[in-house]
Amino acid sequence: MPVPESGAEPQTAAQTRFDHTLARDQRIEPRDWMPEGYRATLVRQIAQHAHSEIIGMQPEGEWITRAPSLRRKAILFAKVQDEAGHGLYLYSAAETLGADRADLTERLISGRQKYSSIFNYPTLSYADVGVIGWFVDGAAICNQVPLCRSSYGPYARAMVRICKEESFHQRQGYELLLTMMRGSEKQRAQVQDAVDRWWWPSLMMFGPPDGNSPNSERSMAWRIKRHSNDELRQRFVDMTVPQAERLGVTLPDPELVWNEEREVWDFGTPDWSELQRVISGDGPCNQARVERRRQAHEDGAWVREAAAAHAARQQDRQAAQDQQAAQDRQTAQTAQLKGVPA
Amino acid sequence: MTARSEWPLYEVFVRGKRGLNHVHVGSLHAPDERMALTNARDLYTRRNEGVSIWVVRSDAITASTSDEIDPFFAPSGDKVYRHPTFYAIPDDVPHI
Repeated sequence: MPVPESGAEPQTAAQTRFDHTLARDQRIEPRDWMPEGYRATLVRQIAQHAHSEIIGMQPEGEWITRAPSLRRKAILFAKVQDEAGHGLYLYSAAETLGADRADLTERLISGRQKYSSIFNYPTLSYADVGVIGWFVDGAAICNQVPLCRSSYGPYARAMVRICKEESFHQRQGYELLLTMMRGSEKQRAQVQDAVDRWWWPSLMMFGPPDGNSPNSERSMAWRIKRHSNDELRQRFVDMTVPQAERLGVTLPDPELVWNEEREVWDFGTPDWSELQRVISGDGPCNQARVERRRQAHEDGAWVREAAAAHAARQQDRQAAQDQQAAQDRQTAQTAQLKGVPA
Repeated sequence: MTARSEWPLYEVFVRGKRGLNHVHVGSLHAPDERMALTNARDLYTRRNEGVSIWVVRSDAITASTSDEIDPFFAPSGDKVYRHPTFYAIPDDVPHI
């Protein structure tokens, strides 16, 4: 869609209408006037979200060739393809705000824009594929379901599509783990090991605690975000604990205990310094992930160029054909006028 | 910068099933119309979401402003008599 144009009217009137739209819980659409801060916050959040989907293809993608059966390969392949699709829905939403897609890719591979910290951890065994589906996609669902009502229309609509597909991601992961838990002792140990490694990083996916989340308050006021980081984290824990029990694994948190009074699970504090380290580039796989993305982008350059060249040539051919046809018509007409048989 | 940024933007419309309108679902970049269709299929109909797709260059769309104070839609604003509820009909009149 066309990039929003800046209105000629005084900003205060436009601001009032923007505020009213939010107050009535209606959606802001691409060509509406919006405060620069709102636009910038959305571009940052949507781009970061898109980058996460694209980088998120890597940890599991590494297991496609090693998945144990054709069925598991097909499932994993479809899931990774979905992640690519989610990234594209989101880049498309970012573009309605005036962002340029090629520029966003450039910002990702030059490290100027971030992606979710979770994808900087390695996938060491096939059980990790299951645990990622269960935890990481489960956490993503907690985060994303409220975003379906986000105040910016294109973002909210992209989230609706994404949420529908995430449900498959989470269920295939849990089913994979159920299958492994019915297997050998070694397989059960693999599942427990993957749970131990992914639990805390998954809790960190919801971001820093509310007291230390600089952008949260403004995003909530703008209704880009509907719930605080800690609320969503709690929701994820409450949802996951009974699933862990049913699966027969232990979540690696000695402080995890049912709180009779509040009717939620109390849990320990994630290592926030670790989150800080991983976000600022010092996680186990940061460099490899970005490097892989850069390489894929550069390796694909000749395809992008060839397709553009092909399209240009087709266009030229079509133009030449049209011109020839017009000339032929004119010649025939002139001949007819002169009474010469064509 | 690579040629990617030169690929035009296309808006994608999908008909969910026969009997329904095509509905706007999003956009994508492609070098030409044919690739735009193929990419739209891969991106927006991975789960049987459509039986027909339209793609159209974004810059070919002419749009009204979405501004609600725009007088563009004013002509329909004050014509309540265009709605059936405008007319009071006694309760004992059947089938109307």
